[in-house]
Amino acid sequence: MVRLFPQVLCAAFGTTLFILYFLKHSSAKSLYLTITNDYWQIIFAFTLIVGVISFLKVNFNKIIRGEDRPYLLVGVLGMIAMPVLAFMWGIKGDSPFMWVFENVQVPMQATVFSLLAFFVASASLRGFRARSVPAAILLISALIALISRSDVLGYLPQPVHEFSDWFRSFPSMAARRAILIGIGLGSLTTSLRVILGIERTWLGKER
Amino acid sequence: MITAAIADSGWFDAGQLPTFIASLISIAIVLYTTYHRRSREKFKIREIAGLNAVEEAIGRATEMARPILYTPGWGGDIQRPTTIASLNILSHVAEKTAGYDCRLLFPTHDPVIMTVAQEVIKESYSRAGYPDRYRPDDITYVSSSQFGYAAAVEGLISRQKPASVFLLGTFEAESLIMAETGNIAGSIQIAGTDSTIQLAFFIVACDYTLIGEELFAASGYLSKDQSILASINAQDIMKVVMVAFLILAIASAFLFPTSEWWSF
Repeated sequence: MVRLFPQVLCAAFGTTLFILYFLKHSSAKSLYLTITNDYWQIIFAFTLIVGVISFLKVNFNKIIRGEDRPYLLVGVLGMIAMPVLAFMWGIKGDSPFMWVFENVQVPMQATVFSLLAFFVASASLRGFRARSVPAAILLISALIALISRSDVLGYLPQPVHEFSDWFRSFPSMAARRAILIGIGLGSLTTSLRVILGIERTWLGKER
Repeated sequence: MITAAIADSGWFDAGQLPTFIASLISIAIVLYTTYHRRSREKFKIREIAGLNAVEEAIGRATEMARPILYTPGWGGDIQRPTTIASLNILSHVAEKTAGYDCRLLFPTHDPVIMTVAQEVIKESYSRAGYPDRYRPDDITYVSSSQFGYAAAVEGLISRQKPASVFLLGTFEAESLIMAETGNIAGSIQIAGTDSTIQLAFFIVACDYTLIGEELFAASGYLSKDQSILASINAQDIMKVVMVAFLILAIASAFLFPTSEWWSF
């Protein structure tokens, strides 16, 4: 019963949403949006409380044990400080909350994002070694695309740009679409397996 | 005829008719392969190196007495089939880590995924016969912010030095940050995502990459469940149908240039 009820609920909602997707009546559209948006937000709000409690509990336990203490203290401090600032002074443009957001959180996020540039360079260096024929083709294609996009002060001959565009539009796109078709079919069968109860791993049920 | 009648009723969105027909055909194929042919045929699936390496990755972590890190990426929520597929793989990984008494770290950006993952891992540990080895503190919500999550996972990899890293789910710009950090930490990395852009990053930075549908086939591959393998077989049948449709459409476009029945 513990596993049957969620399975029945999942099958009912899965089938209902599938049918509602193809209906254009205003009440059908409204019900579809209510389930996908409103219900989702309610579930998320409740689990966010669980998530925040779990975050604080886990981090406090680790701080007491002395594990990674400085990092965890920063995390916990941020988690407590931001709601306190928001409740006390609001979240308007000149509030302390927004000051911390713009001067602490945004720069930190930008810093992490900027690491990507270094990682792209190091990953490219490893990826573009011509150790085999496919790797050599990859290397040559990447070089042509790179030269074409950077344009070298406009001195590049037109055929290089044309080849680069052709390569991106046809061989590259064909491979990408093949992967996307596989992903689409995989998503479809996974969803059907869950709705039909063939796949019950998410319920923790032993098959 | 039935679909045309439904379309005329005013309730049905006629613009969605091709999608509706394609969905019905796909559903019929999945149901047919799963329920009708199941008893008569044993389905086989080709070797997938990334999934064969799961055992090796867990064994390596056990030998090195270092944890395993598994994360489903920032791009998806629990509604996404990729996340469900990832949690299915997590269940198998957790069962193995329970048996080997290997620590499994699961940081996530979504509290809903965290809650479901806790249940999946807990159940897997019970199924393996070691419920006492389950550590709820290792399945944590870190941050909903993309780069907050990336920084948290990156920090975890740098400090804990996991022997194996599983990056399976929907990833966006954080993919390479995590994969490269794992590479620097010397972890064996198994990745898979439904994002074609991030796949390129995983291929260069990880040891094994599940490409496209391989991620969705993993559950059947690891469990050898005939019903799941049958539904994977349905995907192959659907591909044949799609290729046949494409050939027919190309031939039609060449022979009858004014005909556009295939365009929708």
